[in-house]
Amino acid sequence: MATPGKPLIEVVDLEKDYPTGAGVFQALRGVSLSIATGEFVAIMGASGSGKSTFMNLLGCLDRPTRGSYHLDGIDVSRMSSDQLAALRNREIGFVFQGFNLLPKMTSLDNVALPLMYAGMGRQARRQQAQTVLERVGLGERSHHTPLQLSGGQQQRVAIARAMATRPRIIFADEPTGNLDSETSHQVMGLFSQLNRDEGITLVLVTHEADIAAYARRRIRFQDGRVVEDVPQKAVAA
Amino acid sequence: MIFTSLFETAWHALVTHRMRSFLTMLGMVIGVAAVILMLAIGQGAQAMVRSSIESMGSNLFIIMSGATTSGGARVAGGMAPTLTFSDADAIRGLGDIVAAAPVSPGTAQLIYGGLNWNTSVYGTTPDYAVVRDWPMESGGFFSEADVRSGARVAVIGAVVGRELFGDEDPIGKIIRIRQAPFEVIGVLAAKGQSLDGRDQDDTVIVPITSAQQKIFSSSMRNRARLIMAQAVSDKRMDAAESGINELLRNRHRIGVGQDDDFTVRNLTALAETAASTTRIMSLLLGAIAAISLVVGGIGIMNIMLVSVTERTREIGIRMAIGARRRDVLWQFLIEALTLSLIGCAIGLGLGIGGAWLVGNLAGLPVAVTPASVLMAVGVSFLIGVFFGFYPARSAAGLDPIEALRAQ
Ligand SMILES: Nc1ncnc2c1ncn2[C@@H]1O[C@H](COP(=O)(O)OP(=O)(O)O)[C@@H](O)[C@H]1O
Ligand SMILES: [Mg+2]
Repeated sequence: MATPGKPLIEVVDLEKDYPTGAGVFQALRGVSLSIATGEFVAIMGASGSGKSTFMNLLGCLDRPTRGSYHLDGIDVSRMSSDQLAALRNREIGFVFQGFNLLPKMTSLDNVALPLMYAGMGRQARRQQAQTVLERVGLGERSHHTPLQLSGGQQQRVAIARAMATRPRIIFADEPTGNLDSETSHQVMGLFSQLNRDEGITLVLVTHEADIAAYARRRIRFQDGRVVEDVPQKAVAA
Repeated sequence: MIFTSLFETAWHALVTHRMRSFLTMLGMVIGVAAVILMLAIGQGAQAMVRSSIESMGSNLFIIMSGATTSGGARVAGGMAPTLTFSDADAIRGLGDIVAAAPVSPGTAQLIYGGLNWNTSVYGTTPDYAVVRDWPMESGGFFSEADVRSGARVAVIGAVVGRELFGDEDPIGKIIRIRQAPFEVIGVLAAKGQSLDGRDQDDTVIVPITSAQQKIFSSSMRNRARLIMAQAVSDKRMDAAESGINELLRNRHRIGVGQDDDFTVRNLTALAETAASTTRIMSLLLGAIAAISLVVGGIGIMNIMLVSVTERTREIGIRMAIGARRRDVLWQFLIEALTLSLIGCAIGLGLGIGGAWLVGNLAGLPVAVTPASVLMAVGVSFLIGVFFGFYPARSAAGLDPIEALRAQ
């Protein structure tokens, strides 16, 4: 578990350049912040302000151009791609705007997939996947494929997949972006529960103020920089 | 990641893209079936040649009446034979020769009861059985005394026995050969086809004297169109051949510079040529089939590359939730391997079935050997690995975030 006194996530002067036709584009221009275990953070900002770029770095899907990222006190930039894969597998869950489920697989198989990469046997991982699906209220839908589920249900399967290996952090990039308002609040309720009951650290990108209101801290991005970082009173889930 | 999970994943991918998997496998199926079938035909031909050679008799010379031109055509074939019975005796007397039999070949109609049968007739001496390594099925061969006295006795081949006698015991029965009555005293063991495709068991063998007096025209008394001779060992074949040449030139008083009036053929050498021809033929067939196997492999690589491109997003998702590069590499490699091995299994079935059909319907000799099956499986495995590796490596080399962005 987290080392006392040290933040779970600590980034310093984080920069990300994208090569473009006309030289490089600086998507992140020096971001420094830390997030403690158990926090629920909402990241906001205009489109193109660098939120997804930042989330991908935090989620160890991408590497920064400059700056440092310590996850639980460990310098992520020194890790090999295999170590990063293991980190994504065990410590991090990722929830995408477009769900990113494998379309030909059942919910159960989708949720069991990270457990397969964790080296778990078929029976055990199917059992655990079923448990997690029940936890997100989709125990009855375990043999449906994504196409047979509504958007909200698909996103809950995706959350179940992110939770399957019991990670400490879940990153969610506009998880309600493709959902209607009612479903959005159901999904957010689930996130709040995970944060509150299981102590999972949550970092979530959103445009919408009422979604951000579920979090207890709000960070605003603008042109690749943090322009606001404030605690807020969480709404009841 | 657990090994069995790799197969589950591969299986899932193949089943969800059934049509594509099938089309990809088709190349392997056809390739393997072709290899199995071609090898079966080639090896069948080789086996037939081998057994024909074995049935011919070993270390065998055939000495023919008449000269050979430089072009190889025999001249004076229609004239009276130049070889005599005593030539055969003299050849038998050579140190390198075990046995020598004069042979007077022809054809005749056999009659027994209400049945008749056209077959080849050989007039010869008891040495013939030695030279041809031809054991008896029942009864015995005729003796030198039978030859001297021109006895009307006959030894029949297995086919003649079957056609004329059926289940009846032929020994002691009288058959008519071109009207002349002969007593059957022996039945030869079956030998099967000769190198030129004739059925060696469709024959009747009689003393050469009786053949010439009772069956063929008597103008060639004491003369034979052929002499068959067996050398003591394959190492002495060359010495025996020059011994025969020298002996016959002396006996026939052929001077220096004059053409021989006989031709000596080393049948064993001819047979070896035939054997190596079929060997080359079967290698060629195998090679052509192997090319189609490689084409099948390239087909797999092709589809796997397309599949990696199409499934880039899937690869990105898998990486995002913890697949290591080697997990992705293995996933695609095992997929290619599974494809090629299933293709191989179906191809084996088709190839063996096809060989069976060719053997039973077309009547060609076929032989599916364990070695050719093992080879097909081994080659399919290698093809799966070889042609699966490049697509698998390009999948594993994808950047997670780039892959996730793909459509
Ligand atoms: N792969 C890329 N190549 C070039 N530019 C990129 C790439 N990804 C993002 N960008 C640019 O970086 C900026 C930040 O993008 P992003 O982090 O996706 O913003 P947000 O998620 O806040 O909308 C945008 O201007 C975008 O065009
Ligand atoms: Mg974004």
